[in-house]
Amino acid sequence: MGKVRIAAALASCVISGSAIAAEFGDAERGAEVFSECKSCHQVGQGARNRVGPQLNGIFGRQAAAVEGFKYSDSLVRMGHDGLVWTLDTLDAYIENPKAFASRTRMNYRGLDDAEKRADLLAFLRIYSDNPANIPEAAPTANAPEVDLPPEVLALQGDVAYGEYLSSECLTCHLIDGDNEGIPGIIGWPAEDFVIAMHAYKRKLRPHPVMQMMAGRLADEEIAALAAYFEGL
Amino acid sequence: MKLNRRHFMGAAAGATAAMSAPMVMASGKPRVVVIGGGAGGATAARYIAKDSQGAIDVTLVDPTRTYYTCFFSNLYLGGFRTLESIGHTYGKLAAEYGINVVHDWAVGVDRAAKTVTLAGGAMLHYDRLVLSPGIDFVDGAVPGWDVTKQNKMPHAYKAGSQSELLKAQIEAMPQGGRYAMIAPPNPYRCPPGPYERVSMVAHRLKEINPTAKIMVVDPKPKFSKEGLFREAWNNHYAGMIEWIGPDFGGDKVTVDADAMTVNIDGTVEKVDVCNVIPAMKAGRICEIAGITDGNWAPVSAHTMASRVDENIHVLGDASAQGDMPKSGFSANSQAKVAAMAVRAALTDSKLFPAKYSNTCWSLVGTDDGIKVGASYEGTDEKIAKVDGFISKTGEDAELRKATYEESIGWYAGITSDMFG
Repeated sequence: MGKVRIAAALASCVISGSAIAAEFGDAERGAEVFSECKSCHQVGQGARNRVGPQLNGIFGRQAAAVEGFKYSDSLVRMGHDGLVWTLDTLDAYIENPKAFASRTRMNYRGLDDAEKRADLLAFLRIYSDNPANIPEAAPTANAPEVDLPPEVLALQGDVAYGEYLSSECLTCHLIDGDNEGIPGIIGWPAEDFVIAMHAYKRKLRPHPVMQMMAGRLADEEIAALAAYFEGL
Repeated sequence: MKLNRRHFMGAAAGATAAMSAPMVMASGKPRVVVIGGGAGGATAARYIAKDSQGAIDVTLVDPTRTYYTCFFSNLYLGGFRTLESIGHTYGKLAAEYGINVVHDWAVGVDRAAKTVTLAGGAMLHYDRLVLSPGIDFVDGAVPGWDVTKQNKMPHAYKAGSQSELLKAQIEAMPQGGRYAMIAPPNPYRCPPGPYERVSMVAHRLKEINPTAKIMVVDPKPKFSKEGLFREAWNNHYAGMIEWIGPDFGGDKVTVDADAMTVNIDGTVEKVDVCNVIPAMKAGRICEIAGITDGNWAPVSAHTMASRVDENIHVLGDASAQGDMPKSGFSANSQAKVAAMAVRAALTDSKLFPAKYSNTCWSLVGTDDGIKVGASYEGTDEKIAKVDGFISKTGEDAELRKATYEESIGWYAGITSDMFG
């Protein structure tokens, strides 16, 4: 813990130097870049783990260390081996997640543009000094993609039924959560799963296969799948 | 409510088991024999074993120890995959799911006695039989060609050694030489398959033999994803591919394997490689079992059970089911419905309404993937299409690349769903 603090403190000293500031990029532009990450990650006061872990305090933290989040074996192993998130390691990870951690569950193809990465990291850096410094802003979650009636969100899915229905998902989605070309869907919070499926069902999300699959699922069936995949 | 019902069912199951225990001792567990270890059979065997949790005895019969998927074998021809990467073994099905994997040919079915005879002489008893044998070729479909000619004129429509042979022949073509494909009539395994193959052969030839030509002799006036394939052929392989439909004699073709010639309605063409994909029928074991009507085995759309014998389920290419294309994805989807129906018949598990789906991805060039798919439901008459989609011409490169990457993800998904 002490070490992390010092590292963070050193980092903030360095930031004030102009050369490195450029390396970190522009936090305001970074906030825009982050909009792409928002569908899975939250950052800021009250941020929670969603499809991805919350990102407060990520600088200086050991990889795969957010409590309550189920990481890929790849990242867990790298964390145990001493991987700490820094400007350099985060930059490499975001540039090409699969090249950095081959079986990461982060379903993101990577960001080639070095300037955008620098901007994004400058934005994330704001939330990393120490907890007290986290600005009192609302968490960065997107407004829900679909406005679902509370009774639909409140449906308790039948896990056994979800397991039966899941066989159709598993023709493409890997049960071990790997995401080579097709997103892993295990361990998602049920609410995110339900919202995503309804977004496909209403054709607000663009993918034609998923629109077709979700299109014929009833509310109870979506809830059942959400409950089943959440528990994996 | 739901919980109560499940408790009740659980209790009932326990009681039944207890009462019938002596019977069980005498006759053993219910037995399922699955013939064919591809997308239909391997999936069905795995799901029946997995979901019955040892209550059903599952035997899987397939002659090959390494199963090469027909899907993605075109990518091997194009140089995008190794042969090893599309080969799968049955070890996990045996070790992790307790399936009795038998490497042998099924040569006889006695429906009255409920037995299957294997070429090696063994006899297997079944309570339910699952036939998923894939395709065989119709005798005399292409005059001049039969399986004795398949070394000179490969079909490569059952993957493995035939794929290796065809690839070697393509790579050994003389500069500026000619590859011919005799395309099959409907219905056949993998509707976009021949045209994805043309794209992959063109891709490979463009790398190593750019003046070579490709001729497709086709009995059909149109083919799957035609607009998308033609767009790709123009974009990637302009001037290389000639398609000869029935208007120009594509439906009147004979071959001479010794002379390496193709006779198209009287015009004789000399070629260097001739890939003959003849008309198809259900794998022969369906005919032997006496459950075919014409070339295919008709099935119920609710359970995939044969219309002739409710104790036999037919999956995938061999079945006549309605609107679904003959594809690995379809077979995998049908297998799950059949597995559920088999379990419901042999144990007291629940039968849900059948749902089916299919997507066929095709690779037409580097990072250029296209797809077509649909969802289906079971009606009394047939498996009926509900909804569908297809890639559009003129899509941007990023979307096409994502579609290709998605197909790689699907390959990993379905093969893990088949083989564990």
